[in-house]
Amino acid sequence: MAKMTMVQALNLALQQEMKNDDSVVLLGQDIGADGGVFRVTDSLIDTFGEKRVIDTPLAESAIIGMAVGMAIHGLKPVCEIQFSGFAYQSFHQLENHAARMRWRTQGRLTVPMVMRAPYGGGIRALEHHSESREAYWAHTPGLKTVIPSGPRNARALLVAAIRSPDPIIFYESKALYRAYREEVPEQEEIMEIGKSNIARSGDDVTIITYGAMLQPTLEAADVLAQEGINSEIIDLLTISPLDDSLMVESIKKTGCAVVVHEAPRSFGPGAEIVSRLMEDAFYYLEAPIQRVTGYDIIIPYFSREKDYLPNVRRIVLAAKAALQKI
Amino acid sequence: MPRTKIDLPETIDYLSILDEHGNVDQELEPDISESKLRALYRSMLLGRRFDERMVDLQRQGRIGTFPPIKGQEASQIGSIFQLRPTDWFVPAFRETAAEIWRGRSLESILLYYNGYNEGTLLDRDQKDLPLAIPVSSQILHATGLGYAANYRDSGEIVMVYFGDGATSEGDFHEGLNCAAVYQTPVLFICQNNQWAISIPVKKQTHSQTIAQKALAYGMPGIQVDGNDILAVYAATKEAAERARNGGGPTLIECVTYRVMMHTTADDPSRYRSDTEVESWIKKDPLSRFENYLIDKAFLNDSSREKIEQEVRKQIQAAVESAEKQMQDLGAPVDMFKHLYADLPRQLKKQREELRAHLTAAEREVDNG
Repeated sequence: MAKMTMVQALNLALQQEMKNDDSVVLLGQDIGADGGVFRVTDSLIDTFGEKRVIDTPLAESAIIGMAVGMAIHGLKPVCEIQFSGFAYQSFHQLENHAARMRWRTQGRLTVPMVMRAPYGGGIRALEHHSESREAYWAHTPGLKTVIPSGPRNARALLVAAIRSPDPIIFYESKALYRAYREEVPEQEEIMEIGKSNIARSGDDVTIITYGAMLQPTLEAADVLAQEGINSEIIDLLTISPLDDSLMVESIKKTGCAVVVHEAPRSFGPGAEIVSRLMEDAFYYLEAPIQRVTGYDIIIPYFSREKDYLPNVRRIVLAAKAALQKI
Repeated sequence: MPRTKIDLPETIDYLSILDEHGNVDQELEPDISESKLRALYRSMLLGRRFDERMVDLQRQGRIGTFPPIKGQEASQIGSIFQLRPTDWFVPAFRETAAEIWRGRSLESILLYYNGYNEGTLLDRDQKDLPLAIPVSSQILHATGLGYAANYRDSGEIVMVYFGDGATSEGDFHEGLNCAAVYQTPVLFICQNNQWAISIPVKKQTHSQTIAQKALAYGMPGIQVDGNDILAVYAATKEAAERARNGGGPTLIECVTYRVMMHTTADDPSRYRSDTEVESWIKKDPLSRFENYLIDKAFLNDSSREKIEQEVRKQIQAAVESAEKQMQDLGAPVDMFKHLYADLPRQLKKQREELRAHLTAAEREVDNG
């Protein structure tokens, strides 16, 4: 096993899937010679050529709209939208077509495509480059929204996304792209979409999170552990369809919960998570569920972004509030 | 030299073969066999009569909102004729005649406009996309299909339809631009029917023609009399041959007219004059083609009447059959079908929730 960054792990997934299946094609801006602005598609054009690693004109709607046509034809397009903040120019193609084609044709035409897009803050980027708007996609019937939290699961989930018969929104945290390395097996590894994971076991408080927020949540758990509080961390990995089974089981054990995400709070994924817990675990809850999220404002320019994003201190305090220890 | 002229093609062709009375320009007359001409005529007539029946049915409350095609039969049948079953058809939402030509049953159209998902069901291997109601969004699907056809070297071509209003949307630009960049085998058929609901084409674009927009993308463009089936046929044939031979995409502007309302929910008297409509009715594509066929002795009063009766019978049978089918359709829980390859757990739960409501509601009715 080699130690890889998330960028390298994603590149490995693309490379292996393209090798396995000639229906897998990539399309996006600057993904060819440039290897993508984050280098996720680095060197793939040398191996697979420009017919399979397609540098597109600067047009997000075209990337997704063409992918819809390609997927109907039987290809498995993997689109790269350079930053998720630019995906809105393709929103109607995903909402009106990718998400609905199977339903609208009674299963005759399907759109097995992936939209990869870097999301989230934390890298001191320019405006429109740091949003966390996964709720848009999660709110759209017909799509599935996947957000990995580290190199190894990013690789295994991207493989699953490419092989999925349904259209997948695949959000990659750019803060995690090169944050750390992890052992990633050379041989094939695949994870099931729609399954959450216990990232840390504990029985005092349940903390539910995903994507980039897993790291500060793990750190917060270390801090809490020093005070004798054992956190159970649920890493969602898929936002929609939301797997509520592990979190419900965890609440039965802990009786209290915190939800952490960098997306704005109102109508964010946390709202759905809390509702599910109210529906399925209400009688096990001993305290109100806490939310640690981005504020309901536009993510500030980068000089202030670290105070916008959830951090270890806020997560620790929220866990204590959930435990009614403050 | 600070300022010189860039040599660009400055003209595009306009093609018309049949005049308003059906007189043919013999030099341009395409060579089409009698049986094919009769097939074209029959399809135009079927498109016309079915359209009229749909409007009647809507007025009787037997179907929902419907967008009539009347006046656009030549644009549709003249172009779709060039597609083989192995080629791809990408409609907008006012191509009923073309859809029927491709093999979509009248029953399925009736079911669709009566609000049943089952009305979208086509043969499994039919290479037709469903209607696209968000204007111009389908254009990109055609470009993508064309890319895939090239990638697989399948020899297929793609024909996509849209209206004059669609040319103002970004997806029109992106779709044509990408098709030209990748030289995909796509025929872009613009049915310029002069109106996008209440907006006349003059307010849609300041360009003299829609066809000329092709020049900016570096692809051939042609404007044809869209009420002249022979002109549409000839222009499409040329473009289809070019696409099949690796010559890339073409934009064809069919100048036609939306004789009826935008949809049955629209009232055109609010924005256009009867005089204008009447002037276009004089250019009716069906009677023009009829006169041509009569002149060629391929059609006479009795054979015309025979086709008319066949078409009416076919429509009547379809209406009866669709209305019968509807009695057995409509299990509400079917709304959950086909959203995903496998329905996620949470959705199964919601489906059961609906099922339980339905059962309880039924029980309440049974108990009075």
